[in-house]
This record gives sequence, C-alpha cells and structure tokens, in this order.
Amino acid sequence: MIFVTVGSQLPFDRLIKIMDEAAVDLSDRVFAQMGKTNLVPKHISAVEKVSPIEFNKFMRNSRVIVSHAGIGSILTAQKWKKPILIFPRRADLGEHRNDHQLATAAALKQVPGVYVALTADELRAKLISSEGLVPSGGQESVLRRDLISGLRQYLSRLG
Amino acid sequence: MKVGGSELPLRDSHHERPKLLAAASGGGHWEQMLVISSAFSSFEVVYITTDKSLLEYADVGRGYVVKDCNRDTPLTAFITLFKIMKIVVLERPNCIVSTGALPGLLCLLVGKISGSNTIWIDSVANGEKLSMCGQLASRFASLCLTQWEHLAHDGRSFYLGSVL
Repeated sequence: MIFVTVGSQLPFDRLIKIMDEAAVDLSDRVFAQMGKTNLVPKHISAVEKVSPIEFNKFMRNSRVIVSHAGIGSILTAQKWKKPILIFPRRADLGEHRNDHQLATAAALKQVPGVYVALTADELRAKLISSEGLVPSGGQESVLRRDLISGLRQYLSRLG
Repeated sequence: MKVGGSELPLRDSHHERPKLLAAASGGGHWEQMLVISSAFSSFEVVYITTDKSLLEYADVGRGYVVKDCNRDTPLTAFITLFKIMKIVVLERPNCIVSTGALPGLLCLLVGKISGSNTIWIDSVANGEKLSMCGQLASRFASLCLTQWEHLAHDGRSFYLGSVL
C-alpha cells in the first residue's frame, strides 16, 4: 500500500490530483488522507482526516509514504522506517503561507530514506522506481542524541 | 509544624519531583516533543496539546487539551490563554517547555510571569529563520533553541542539535 498524507492543517489538492492520476499505473493500492477538500478522487480511496492511531497504523502498513513536507509526517515515517517521498507545498500556488516546506525539502535531501519530488513528473518517476527506495530512520541521528542529552543537561541545572 | 505550643498549618509548597509542563500543538510540533521527551525523565511531566486523541495515543500520562489557535484566530487565542493560565496556576510547574506553536508560546508567557523556567524549541521545519513565535520567545524565555546551527548567531537563540 502507498499512504498519502497532506497533514492535519490544510488540504493539498495538487498532490492528491497527481496521485489520483498516477495510481492507474501503480500496482500498489493507494490510500490518501486529503484534508478538507471538495475533490473526489477517481482511482484512489481517500478520507479527510485520520486519528493519530490510524495515522500510525497506515504508516506502519505501507510500503512507501507520499507526503507534504510536514515534519510530523516525516518523523512518523522515520519512526516506522518507511521510505518517504516528500512533495513540498508552494506559497506561490497558495498552498502555504510561506515556502518553508521548500526549505525543509532542500535540507532533507541528504537524509537516507527521505526523497524529494518538486514536480508531478519527478514524483511519478520515483513512484515507478519505488522498489529501489530505502527505509528512512535507519541510524539514530547524532544530532538527535545531542539535542536530547544537551536538554537533559540543561534541565538538570535548573533550580 | 509545631511553633510554641501550637500546631500551625504549613502549605506544602514543594513538589516531590520537579514538575515540567510540556506544551505542543498537534502535528509536527507534537511529534518533535515526543522525540525529545526522554530528556524529561527526572521530572513529573504534564502535557498540553490541542487534540485529546494525541494524549491517548501517545499514552503520556497526565495531560490537558486546549483549543488550537494561530495569528488568524485572536479570539480563540484569548480563550486558550485563559485556559492555560488556569492550568499553570493549578500545576505550578518548575519548568515549561514548548516546541510550538502559539498555544505553546502562550504557556511560556504565563510561565514567565509566574516564575517558571521557560524553554522554547523552534520546529526543525524552520530552517531559514526562527518562526515568529520563536522570535518572540527568544526575547523572554530562559532558553530559546533553534534546530539549525546557522540560525544560532544572535546571542538570543542557541543550538544543541536537531530531531532529524
């Protein structure tokens, strides 16, 4: 299964439309959490929102995740060690108030298991070759360990 | 407490374990809070978030739910602020930590006024500049962290690491 998520705040019709069209050529079943929208996809099953339990369950049961460039989705995909294709929202298309998703995507390009697609063609190409995608969240990040231990140290010094 | 011949009532003003209030809106902010929460192991932790099902799923023990709000919903922000004031007065945390967003900032503001230590951790999503809430927090919080080293240059925000 391929799980598509647009996050809990805003719809992302451009991504859903691309996935709806692409699903015809994919062997995996595609399921989308698409937010509050009037779109009625033809080739994929979709819901407006999912509970945290369901979100984690869909992530866990998927082979590949397709997502807006939201940190919650990326961290959850890493938690379940799934390859994640991120498709950033763009401010110039009214999809977000600023372009920080583009910045997030640019910063994450080097992270194993996190893939970036900026256009419909790029996304489709990565989906077609998705057998070659590697899981994310493999190594425990040194930066994460540093943040946690640094915080713990700081907190231990508080009165 | 006995003074002279009388037994005087003494208010229990100290927590047995220091108490930490962890405030994070649902979504990426909440996920980041869960990632760093192992740093809180020597505290009694109480969570504040914007969705009841997040508390249930994460199985985090005690928690409160407040209405999510942002710069476009000032009325809700006001209501949420009042609820946060009640929570902080009730819980009297030693320390308040937030990974964002606006409800978390409001927690730090109330905490600052009531004498708690306050820590803001800007979302890892903000790689070009600190979020607006983060910029405000950096002016009054005990500690303001960014998760991007190149953003920790102004002496107001600091870098320890990143969840990614």
